[in-house]
Amino acid sequence: MSRTITKKLMLFFPKCECEKPIIYHLVKDHNLIVNIYRAKVTPEEEGYLVLDVTGTPRDIEQAMAFVRTFDVSISDTGKGVIRDEVRCTHCGHCITHCPTGALHIGDEATREVLYNEADCIECLACIRVCPFDAFASAF
Amino acid sequence: MKTYEQINKRIESGKAVVMTADEIIDYVEKKGLEQAADQVDVVTTATFGPMCSSGCVLNFGHSKPKIRMTEAWIQDVLVYTGLAAVDVYLGATQLRHGDPANMYHPGEFRYGGGHVIEDLVAGKTLQLFALSYGTDCYPLREIRTYFTINDLNQAIMLNPRNCYQNYNVAVNDSDKTIYTYMGALEPNRKNANYCSAGQLSPLLNDPYYETIGIGTKVWLAGAHGHVYAEGTQHAGGDERTPEGIPKGGAGTLALTADMKQMLPEFVRGVSLRGYGVSLAIGVGIPIPILNVDVLKRTCVRDRDIVAPVVDYSNDYPQNTGKVIGYVSYEQLRSGEIEIEGRKIAVGSLSSYHKALKIANLLADEIRRGDFTLAGPIAALAKDTRSKPLVIREKAS
Ligand code: SF4
Ligand code: SF4
Repeated sequence: MSRTITKKLMLFFPKCECEKPIIYHLVKDHNLIVNIYRAKVTPEEEGYLVLDVTGTPRDIEQAMAFVRTFDVSISDTGKGVIRDEVRCTHCGHCITHCPTGALHIGDEATREVLYNEADCIECLACIRVCPFDAFASAF
Repeated sequence: MKTYEQINKRIESGKAVVMTADEIIDYVEKKGLEQAADQVDVVTTATFGPMCSSGCVLNFGHSKPKIRMTEAWIQDVLVYTGLAAVDVYLGATQLRHGDPANMYHPGEFRYGGGHVIEDLVAGKTLQLFALSYGTDCYPLREIRTYFTINDLNQAIMLNPRNCYQNYNVAVNDSDKTIYTYMGALEPNRKNANYCSAGQLSPLLNDPYYETIGIGTKVWLAGAHGHVYAEGTQHAGGDERTPEGIPKGGAGTLALTADMKQMLPEFVRGVSLRGYGVSLAIGVGIPIPILNVDVLKRTCVRDRDIVAPVVDYSNDYPQNTGKVIGYVSYEQLRSGEIEIEGRKIAVGSLSSYHKALKIANLLADEIRRGDFTLAGPIAALAKDTRSKPLVIREKAS
């Protein structure tokens, strides 16, 4: 059996696809372990979902092919929590509020605050506490 | 021994040796104080953080017909009009009209005076709305127009208090989250926040105000400005360590400069959840290395500077004056401090990263010969304390 990997994805469901049990099929038919960070259905009935999927690269690929048969867009680069690099002043205020260490000091000498998206669990704490409005949610 | 004139001559000829307050530490360690004092002309210091006592004077010029503004708003933020006809003062902490403030606690405070100042410096188009009662010489009673900073005759930043010499470390000893100007503080001392550039900070590198005083030329968000008065709540007489480093807020500076020369990167509106709005601004101050003593004091390190830890759930609001203990900036920067045997995670409101950038920008400007120094024309007091406001039952 081949090694499993974990991928963080953001799915966007247009109005018509919101009611389909897509995640159920990811688990049942494609053997994926799913960890949902954040889900939202907007007043316009569009759906957003940010999740981790764990499985073999082949299973993940097939699962994504299945998801694409619906009118759902998949992003594995753009995440739900985005930092505006120009607005961030690297003050470090968000660091103690970030539960995973996704926000951390890089080089001790320059004290730049790095944002490692892969470690972000989308708790949204940084959006609430950033005094400089550097963080935003995609939805 | 060097004089300001000698140093300025070297700057003008492009030969000045300039280092940041962080580079000078290692340099002196290598070369020794005497040799370094001979070689180095200027040490640059800097800070970038929220400074609530900030604002600016704007002059709009006269409309046709003329108005003497008695109430005015920029982007729906109230400005002070108790000056001449078209002069206004815009304060950093003023809320936008209709902001629900803390009605739904904690309020978000997304836009206010500090943000208007940011937008102004960034060259954005802003709305002015003003009212008047009308006079024979100023008949217009209402005006609504749109402008940018370039349309103004003057846009002068006037900050009554910047550059606190040192500052509190805030914690929360209560059992619920509190929202303060030092950020959100979780219950039972779960986190701590500080706000100082430590070893880079201007007044920590000149603790006795030998070169920084009234009249000293400064770099204010990229513009060349100066210290126009002692800062409000200046308390040069605060308790000090044996090395002369104040253990509390101590000195402050009142700063001014032309906003038309400022860089938007260093003029930033601040939203503090549950508290309000403010302005963060970048300040750089060059210290001329006049002699060995001045140089020695610029070699101050984070480990030598201590800050008082204060409870913001009771002691700060009730003005009890209680200090839980002292921690060094070296400890604060490690991301964790230990108080009374317990470890506490540390966050910051002041950006060391930006302060370092400012210290380097200023050093480059001096090396290029574009920034010469001006020393104080009057010294800041070293023996004053900040007085409390007494609540009296009746006039005596
Ligand atoms: S609190 Fe905001 S400005 Fe400060 S480091 Fe975090 S993201 Fe950047
Ligand atoms: S959303 Fe939460 S986990 Fe992600 S960076 Fe912000 S604070 Fe950290």
